[in-house]
This record gives sequence, structure tokens and C-alpha cells, in this order.
Amino acid sequence: MHFVASTLERGTSIVTAIYGQFSSNNSGGVESKQEIVVARVGGVLELVRPDEGTGKLMSVGWSQTFCVIRCLSAFRLTGSSRDYVVVGSDAGGVTVLEFEGSTFRKVHCEMFGKSGCRRAVPGQYVACDPRGRALMVAAVEKQKLVYVMNRDASSRPTISSPLEAHKASTIAFHACAVDVGFENPTFAVLELDYADADLDASGEALEETEKMLTYYELDLGLNHVTRRWSEPVSRTANLLISVPGGDEGPSGVLVCGENWLAYKHEGHAEVRAPLPRRDGYPSERGLLATAVATHKQRDLFFFLVQTEVGDLYKVSLDVVVAQDDAPATVKDVRVSAFDTIFPCVALCITKTGLLFAASEFGDAGLFQFQGIGDDEDAVVSRAVHDPELGDDSFSAAKVAPTFAVADRPKNLVLVDEPESLAVATDFLVDDQHHALYVLCGARGARSSFRVLRHGVGVSEMAVSELPGRPSAVWTVKKARDDDYDKYIVVSFTNATLVLSIGETVEEVTDSNFLVTSPTLDVALLADDGFVQCHATGIRHARADGRKNEWQAPGTKMLQCASCNERQVVVSLEAGELIYFELDDRGVLEEVGTKDLGLDVSCLDVGVVPTGRLRSNFLCVGGYDGSLRLFSLDPVELLVQLSTIQLGARPESVKLLDHPTATRAHAGLANGVLQRVTVDAATGSLSDARSRFLGSRPVRLFRVFLHGSQALLALSSKPWLAYDSESSSSSSSSSSSSSSSSSWTLAPLSYDALEYGSTFRSEQCPEGVVAIAGSTLRIFVTEKLGETFNQTTAHLRYTPRKLVPLPGSRRLLVIEADQHQYNQAEQQALLLQQRGKPPKPDDDDDEMDVDVEEDGAAAEKQQQPRKEEEEEEEEDDEVPRVTVLGPTPPSAGKWASCARVIEPVSGGTGASSETSACATLELLEFGESEAAVSCATCTFADRGGEVFVAIGTTKGLTFHPRVHKGCFVHVYRLLDARLVLLHKTSVEDVPLALAEFRGRLVVSVGNKLRMYDLGKRKLLRKTEAAVVPNLVVRLEVMGDRVYAADAADSVFFAKYVREHNRLIVFADDPVSRASSALCCLDYDTVALADKFGNLAILRLPPDASDDVDDPSGQRMLWDATNLGGAPNKLTALANYHVGDTITQLRKAVLAPGAAEALVYVTVGGAVGALVPSQSRQDKDFFQHLEMHMRQEFPFPTLRDHISYRGYFLPVKDVTDADLCEQFDRLPLDTQKKIAADLDRTPAEVNKKLEDTKNRLL
Amino acid sequence: MAADRMNINRSWEHIQQKYVGTGHSDMTKFEWASNIHRESIASHIGHHNMLQYFAVAQGEAVGRVRYTLLEKMLQPCGPPPEKEGEET
Repeated sequence: MHFVASTLERGTSIVTAIYGQFSSNNSGGVESKQEIVVARVGGVLELVRPDEGTGKLMSVGWSQTFCVIRCLSAFRLTGSSRDYVVVGSDAGGVTVLEFEGSTFRKVHCEMFGKSGCRRAVPGQYVACDPRGRALMVAAVEKQKLVYVMNRDASSRPTISSPLEAHKASTIAFHACAVDVGFENPTFAVLELDYADADLDASGEALEETEKMLTYYELDLGLNHVTRRWSEPVSRTANLLISVPGGDEGPSGVLVCGENWLAYKHEGHAEVRAPLPRRDGYPSERGLLATAVATHKQRDLFFFLVQTEVGDLYKVSLDVVVAQDDAPATVKDVRVSAFDTIFPCVALCITKTGLLFAASEFGDAGLFQFQGIGDDEDAVVSRAVHDPELGDDSFSAAKVAPTFAVADRPKNLVLVDEPESLAVATDFLVDDQHHALYVLCGARGARSSFRVLRHGVGVSEMAVSELPGRPSAVWTVKKARDDDYDKYIVVSFTNATLVLSIGETVEEVTDSNFLVTSPTLDVALLADDGFVQCHATGIRHARADGRKNEWQAPGTKMLQCASCNERQVVVSLEAGELIYFELDDRGVLEEVGTKDLGLDVSCLDVGVVPTGRLRSNFLCVGGYDGSLRLFSLDPVELLVQLSTIQLGARPESVKLLDHPTATRAHAGLANGVLQRVTVDAATGSLSDARSRFLGSRPVRLFRVFLHGSQALLALSSKPWLAYDSESSSSSSSSSSSSSSSSSWTLAPLSYDALEYGSTFRSEQCPEGVVAIAGSTLRIFVTEKLGETFNQTTAHLRYTPRKLVPLPGSRRLLVIEADQHQYNQAEQQALLLQQRGKPPKPDDDDDEMDVDVEEDGAAAEKQQQPRKEEEEEEEEDDEVPRVTVLGPTPPSAGKWASCARVIEPVSGGTGASSETSACATLELLEFGESEAAVSCATCTFADRGGEVFVAIGTTKGLTFHPRVHKGCFVHVYRLLDARLVLLHKTSVEDVPLALAEFRGRLVVSVGNKLRMYDLGKRKLLRKTEAAVVPNLVVRLEVMGDRVYAADAADSVFFAKYVREHNRLIVFADDPVSRASSALCCLDYDTVALADKFGNLAILRLPPDASDDVDDPSGQRMLWDATNLGGAPNKLTALANYHVGDTITQLRKAVLAPGAAEALVYVTVGGAVGALVPSQSRQDKDFFQHLEMHMRQEFPFPTLRDHISYRGYFLPVKDVTDADLCEQFDRLPLDTQKKIAADLDRTPAEVNKKLEDTKNRLL
Repeated sequence: MAADRMNINRSWEHIQQKYVGTGHSDMTKFEWASNIHRESIASHIGHHNMLQYFAVAQGEAVGRVRYTLLEKMLQPCGPPPEKEGEET
């Protein structure tokens, strides 16, 4: 067994983000670009840039680093205008990268020892001296290395050997560089020493342990690092912010901790201010600052500090400017409540007044500053000098001012929300509708249910009915320099209709087009005249109104025609080709003819390359299944250059110029799209690739999207082929050669179409006009370059599980959030704070904005209600930002609900593609009861009725696991309503439920219990303790139950009917902290663990036979083996994904695709493992991976094989993400590798593409 | 042989000094457990997906989870046991 693992959608959740100017600025005087580098879970480093035109964030380039990125820092040499990225990773080295072209390139990579995320491996914190003279890499414990940076003659950065600043038994909480101007570089570290506490049994030392702020000074003269200064700070401190120094400010650091924020500096008294608190924030709970951003202008600097609940504070300092001998001092720290957004892991303020908020879960946000929070009514807290006042939350609550959370941000406006699936908790593949339903948890109301469809999203602009059934459509401009199209030409079987585009689209009669005959092709010529090929001839309508007609000889009819701005080719019956060219006088002149002797099914002349007079090739498809290429060069006019057999009749052919080569695309009658590379010099055809698109013959149309050529391929499903690299980075002058793998073929999430053409108008600059049935459709494509397009529906709380309801398309979703009030309680609290009686139908102005929540409170919880976002849409144009609600004072407070969702409402067409999902039923649990598991169950003697079981727990807290009662609710399913039948109390958390042979299996802590349905409660039938700790996942097949333990991998149990017993017969010798389980077949399971590993485990065949042997009952008294079950599972495959997998399912993602093991992760990635088809495939992939491991320039020098074998050695899984980088290697390396594999580079690429196509 | 053993012992000392948490023959259960916990916590902090996993489960912010874990590194297994012989 061998698998190929590929990531379908990269993880989008952000580890950290930095701001700077990273791309090289070759053009000199151009204004510096505002760029943000984000490190994503899964090891992707991506450069994004706010687009000047649209204001949206766009991705400029990315690199997969194949390591765990822990920290990023921007680094700039003094006097330089370009930043480098310093990466703290698990590779055991410090890496300096530069952004070049569309990827990150290694500048320096200094290894210092062991790899991995261990406590003493530096890389957790990276701090760079603001003047670019040194950088510090620190570990969580003890180790700190300082590197001196310099520049060489060509002003490239150089790096010294490391200087050690270790201190044993200290834990580092944070590190930053102190801005000291041009004095010796100094780094501030927040430290905690555990040496005393480790030795003192009484616990006194633990109480007395102080958190220290320590300055490490790098003496540039002596070239060593000293501990310069160390002073105790608040025990709860967790973040340091560097305060500008030198000429710009007082230097020093701001220490943020729970509740307080203090300015500290060597030789300066502490100035401490409390963080303003939200109204109603419990005074027993600390308020922790978690993210910061610094904004620095010439004469002004301020900081934005964000707390764990999402409140942003603006922090500014009152500075007494330095006098002759006295240094600058800080008089006051001013902390004002700025705004409230979602909690973030990183914040970046750009020079152009944008705030990039890298949210910890879900979609990130790009905000525009509207104000800087200087208004009079801002809630401000100032420094408090009271030595009596402690650091705890009670003391802070006494002095801190409070503020009310606004309904929408005052100082910020949301500009863009880059989509993210993080944290994906569960998913389901709908193979009827080819959609992926993903649950995205984001703590509270930012959680969502998303429908993912493979391919490009489409938004429909217009649909209009036409008289009769049109056969073709074109758009033409009035003149070549126009930006927008003037006419839409629609051809019917016996006539042509011309529509003019203006304010409205209406029919015109004075357009010079022949309307009494069907049209074959239309084009605008170079002289601004039109050419119209119709059934009996060609009309050339010049710009000045003169018309030239060419009639086909005799009674012959035109069969096919193709034209561009200078050339026209038509084919007559019996294979006669006639070629016209526009001459200097503006006359369309017949240049050559050729008799092919076979019927022509399609032909294409391509487009005239810029700066040329003609396209050099003519491509002709014949009814005999051949594709012929003719030269249009005057020297060898209409000479056949090459021919190729396609295997079916080509229905349509198009020549397309790619950056590297010209390619002929042929759509065949059997639904296959074939792509052949044309040699520019000789015209020979090579490197044929094919892909099945649908059941109907494939028609191809050239369209222009996002500034480049794309191909619309229409079969039983519409597809779009485009260059993903040029569309994503169109504005950047990328020097990287566009590789063939960037040519992407993806389905359009739209109805089947028959004919299409580009459509450009003022309202819709880059659209497509197409024919579907008797309607004319105009639509635009959404973001290109993404594997899936998403439709989002918001949920109330973090969704936990998803179960399909049998007999319908409906889904049951359970949601639960800890540390949260449920919606009714939140409403009550909000009203209480505003000093109004909690009246649900109170609806004055202030309440208006809360219409969504009010609506919810007003309705009975049991009432089925419409989806919330419908009401949200009514809101005005200011985008809302969902924020966290009030915080309960202590743990064990849960909000939870169960809902029934209809993913796509009925109807066809685009309306169904874009419509949100409808909630048909919503059940709030209340009283801190949280749903943790759900399943549907058909009980044996209940006539096939489907019941819904939901496992809940009340007031659950962790460490240790304590609860106030656990239950299994059983509901009857009446249409879409859930009606409670009864609830049964169980003694431990029921984390997994499953239907098993007409009964319900419930996991109760470490036990499995089988229940039958009774009148008042569930009736216990049998019980067995199957796992040592806690069952987290359950799968059933036949008479086997597979139970995954929270810490000890999976256990196979068999139900013995005669004895009514569940017997564990096999377990795994390796401990795995299971997070997802999927049953592949009777003997095989796939198991994912929390640490990001994926394993395929199988029961040896002889053991399986023994267990199923009906003649004996050996397994009842089989001896234990190694202290566990008698049989042991063997691992068929092991692989480290690099991200926690939350759900695994076996699924077919696209019609005709191979069955794959699909997973979603915490970081929001969607990936799949496909088994290799043959031994040859396995050899190919293993060898290619081996070569790639040697040749690929890993940015951090992390050893790939040890990354993929992070916790367990990688086994029988090939990393397709690495293999796909083959295309990005230099050509000679590609040739070398391919030669070793006995293939050409094109063949290797083809093989990789085919493997990808087997999945989607 | 003897020289080899000397070398091993000497490099052992060196390793113990260089790499925190290297075990030795007189190690107590408490020391061992503390080492394991501190290493695990450092690994959780380094792997952002683990922090997110905990954060979603506990309903806390990622920053809060990181802070709690770092604080836990101070004494992950509670106070050390009373040393024998010191009891008087």
C-alpha cells in the first residue's frame, strides 16, 4: 500500500504576521510598497499586499517551507530600503529570507544545533535590532543566541557566528529589541527563573518567584553579550513592546500583562496604567493583552494593544523631551479604548493607514483607519502611582475606567476579509451535489458553516430570455481602442440578432451586420471594421459604413469560420479551405486556398501576437479525428506542418499563446479536452495532455479574464482554464517564468452553458456572456486561483459535529462554546447594562442595530427560524464586525445549540449556487449544557424510524474533567423538527455515539455501552470498558466497533451476540492521541492524532480470520499480549501532515475521481491521500520524492524526511506538495531528475498533473 | 576500553550541561516528570495548531492559552516532594 498525499486547499490560519517592504524595488523612485508577510499553519510563508485599486488584500507569492514556523521578524540593514524576513523555525537554525519574484529565497541559514520545537531549541522568539545591527533568537528556556549582522561590499547582509546569552533554568515569555539609537544593541527578555521553585518543597519559593525584565547588551566593540540590567515586573507580564528611542522617543519597553500595562526602562521609574475594562467584565477575571502593533511616524508614535476578548486600546506616552543632560522621561501612559474587533494573533499597521488583523480563527480582516481615537468621549485610563495596589484583577478593576462595547467599530472600517476555514472541525462530502460541507469554528458568532465547491465561483449579473433558441453569441467593440464592447451578436439557426450595449441592452437594426442569415464568427478587424462570417459568405463592414461582400462560390455553404483582427479562414463543404488577410488598403483579400479532401469539423487561426502582422498557425480539426496544423507564413502558405490523431472527432479547437509556448486545445466529441504544445519554429505537436470534462462534446471559447487569456470549455459542465500565476500576481512584474503547472483547469460553479464570449462593459469590466438554453447569461468569475469557492452561513457557537439526516439533504450540526453566555443570556446582560428593562419588542434607534439578536430572543427557542444573515443583510452599508460577547466569570459556563440545516435550498441555476443555507430547526440547550456528540439511529424494532441522539454534558471543566451531569437526549425527527423523546443520564462524558446493529452505542468515559430505545429512557443492554482513558471517536462496521482513545490509539472490539458481550480483540502498540478516525475497510482504519500525524492501521489477515472464526469462541479467553489485546495492529502508512487533523473521511470529491481519504485540519487546510494505482506509480513517486528532497532549495534547511516523520518515521506516503515543486526547479535540474526517472520533464509534469486530476 | 568509558562519562557530563533535561542515574520521578512536562509544553507552544486546538476546546484566546502554558512551565508537576533526611 502506498499513498500520495496532497494538500487541496492550503491552511489559511495565521501563526504570525509582520509588516515591511520586502520585495526588491528595482524601479527606484517608485513609492515603497506596503507588504505583509504571514506565516501560516502548515509551514507556508506568504507575501500579501493591499491592492491600491480595489483595497483588497492580494497574494503576491508564497513558499512552502516544510517546517514549523514559530516566529517571524522583519529585519532591515541601516540605510537600506528593503526588509528581510528572519524566520524562527523548528529547523534548528536561524534563517534570513528575501522575497524575490514570487517566492522567498534563502539569504542566510545558520544552523545552531538540534531541530524540533523543544524547550531549549532557539527559534521561539526572534528580535531584530531596529537599526539592523544584530538579532537575537531565543528559546522558551535557557538558550538565547545573538548574531551580529553586517553588510558586505555588494550591500548584502552578512551574519556572524552566534554569541551566547544563555541563562539556565529560566523561561522566556517574550523577547524584543530595545530601540537604543546607535548605542550598543540591547534586547529585552521577559524571564521567569524556576530553579528555586524546583528545589523548595514548601511552595514558598514558588510564591516568591518574580518575573524579571532583563536587558541583554551586545557589546559591539568586545563582541560579547552581557546581562546588563534586570528588574522585577508584574508577575502576569507576557508581552513586551519596544518604545522608539534615539531621536524619536524615550526608548525602553512597554510591559503588557494581565490588567496592566507598564513603561519600564533602565534608570527610569515604572509608569503603570490599568487597561480600561468592558462594562460587566468580571473583576475576578484577568484581562490579558495578547497582540500588539506599533505605528511610527516622523513625530508621532502610538501602539495598538489587543486583549484576549478583542478590545483594541490605543497606547500613547507623555514624554518629557530630553534636555542637555537629562534623558527623556515618560510622565504618563495613556491607554484609551479604541475599538473592538475579533481577537487576533498579530496586528500590522501599514504606513497607508490600514490595519491588518490576523484573526486567531476564521477570516482575517483588513481595516481602514477612520480616526485615531482622539475624540473627547474616548475612555482613557492614565498612569496610577499607588504602591499599595496589587497586580491582580480586583485591584485593577477598582481603578480602571469602563467602557461599553460599540456595535460596530468607530475608528475602523472593514475593507477586506480574506477567507479562512480555520478551525475546521468537521466536514462532509456531498457526492450528489459535488460539494464539501465544512464546519468552521471561531469561538462564538464568527463560526460558520461553509459550502465548498471545486472550481471558480461565479456571480450572475443578468439573465434575459431570447426569442427562440440561440446557437452562438459574440461581443465586439466599436473600435480597437475602446475599453468596452459595443454589440452582442446572437446567432440563431436562420437569423442573427444584434444587441447594443449601453445603459440597457437592446436590439439595433442599423449595425451593418447581415441579420437574415446565421453567423459563424464575428470579429473586429485592425481597421476598426467588422468581419462577419455567415452561412453563405463573408461580410466586411468598414468603419466608414462601406460594406464588402464575398460570396462562397456556387451554392456552397460555409461550414466553419475563424477570424481574428487580420486573418479570416473559412472552410467550405468537402474540405475546401479559403484564407483571407487584411491588406494595407483595408481590403480583405483572398490569399490562398487549399483542398483538404476531408470534412472540417472546426478550425482556429489563433490571435495576432502583439507587434506582429499575423498569427503563424492555422489549426484544423477533421471529422476523421485528426488535428492538423498549417502554416500561414507567406513563404509556405497553407503548408501542413504536422498532424496528430486525437481518438475522437474534435468539436472545437483553439490556439492559445502561453508565456512559454503556444498550445493547441481541442475539445473532443467524447467530452475530453486535449492540450498539445506547438513548437513555435517547426510547428510540430508534442506533450499531449487530456482531461475528461463531461458527457457532452467540449466547445472551447477564448475569454479575457483578469488581464490574461483564459479558455472557457463547455461540456455538460462549464470549465475554465486559466493561468493562475498571472492572474494572482498580475500587477507584480514577476520575473519567474510562468510554469506549466500554473495553467489551471477548474469547473465553474454554474449551470451548463452552450456558447460563451468575453463581455466588457462599464458595469462589468471582465465578464462573460453565454447561452444556456434560450437564455442569455452575463456573469463574472470571482477569485481565480483557489481550489474551492465558498458560500458561508453563520452559526451561533463553535460547531462541533455534523451528521447527515437520512432520507433528505439535511444536516444536523451541534454547536458548543465554553466561557460564553448563550444568546438569550447575552441579550439580557446587554439590556441590563444599558439600563433598560429587558423587553424584547423594544425597538428604538439604539436597539435597531441589534435586530438580529433581538429577533432571536423574541422568538421561542423551539421555533424554527430563518437564518440570521437574512436579517443582517438589511443593515446599512457599514460592514459589521462580529465581536465576542460578554465574558462569564468562571469556567464551566457553556453555550450550546443543535440545528438542522438544509445546505442548498431547492431550485436550479445560479440562485441555488449562491443562496445561503437555511436553518430549519434550532434548539438551545441552556443551563451550561453543551452538546458534545450526535448520531442518527434506527432502533431495531421501531419500524425503521430514524431517531436523533445527542450526547450532552453540563458545566464541564477540564484539568481534571469534572461535570455536573451528562445525558443522552433522544429526539424524534418530524419533518425537520426535533422533538425530545427522553433523556438518559450517564455518568461520564459521552464523546461519541454510533448506531450499531439496531442499537445505540454510547461512549461513557472509557466505556462503551449499548442502549435500546425504551419509553421513558434508553435501556442499557451491555457495557464494556474498552479503552484505558477516554473514547473520543467511534466507528462501526459489521459486528465490529472501532474506538479511538484520547491517548492510546485505536481499539478493535467485536460484539459477540450469543454472550451479549463486547470484546476487545486488537489494539495498537503505538500510543496515539487520537483526534480523528475513519474506517477504511473491515480490517483497516485511518487514525489521525493531535500532533498532526496520520496513520493507516491494519489488522493482520490471520488475526482477522481467527476473530471471525464461527466454530470457536477463542477470543473470549484469548490471552493478553504485552499487557493489551491479543492482536496487534500494524501500521501500513505513517505521515506527518503538520497540522492537527480534526476529521477524516473516505470520499470521492468529483465525479469520476478516485476514492480518497480526505481530511480537514485546525489550520483550515483540506487535503487528501490517494492510494497509488500500481507498483510503477509507487516507484515513480518514491524516486521523484527522493530526488526532490535533494534538489529542492528548502528555505529553512529543514530535513524533509524528518519533518514528514516528525513523531513517527514516515512510511509509504509520498508528499505530493513537494513533488509539485518540480516545476519550479531550474530546467537543467528538472532534466537531470527526469533522466534518472527515465522520462522527460514534460512527462514528469504530466504524471503529476494526472495524479492531481485523479483527485478533483 | 577504560579510556572509552572515561570519554563517555565526560561527554555525558557535557551533554547534561548542554541539553536541559538529559537524565542521569540519580534522577527522581519528580525531576523526570517535570522535564517531560516542560518539553511537552514547549512543543505545544511551538506548534501553533496545538494552541488553536486547545483554544477552541477551552473557549479561550490563543494568547491566553500560550500564557497559561508558559506559566505552567514554572512548576508543571506541583511542588517537589520533601527530601528524605531533611525531615526533622
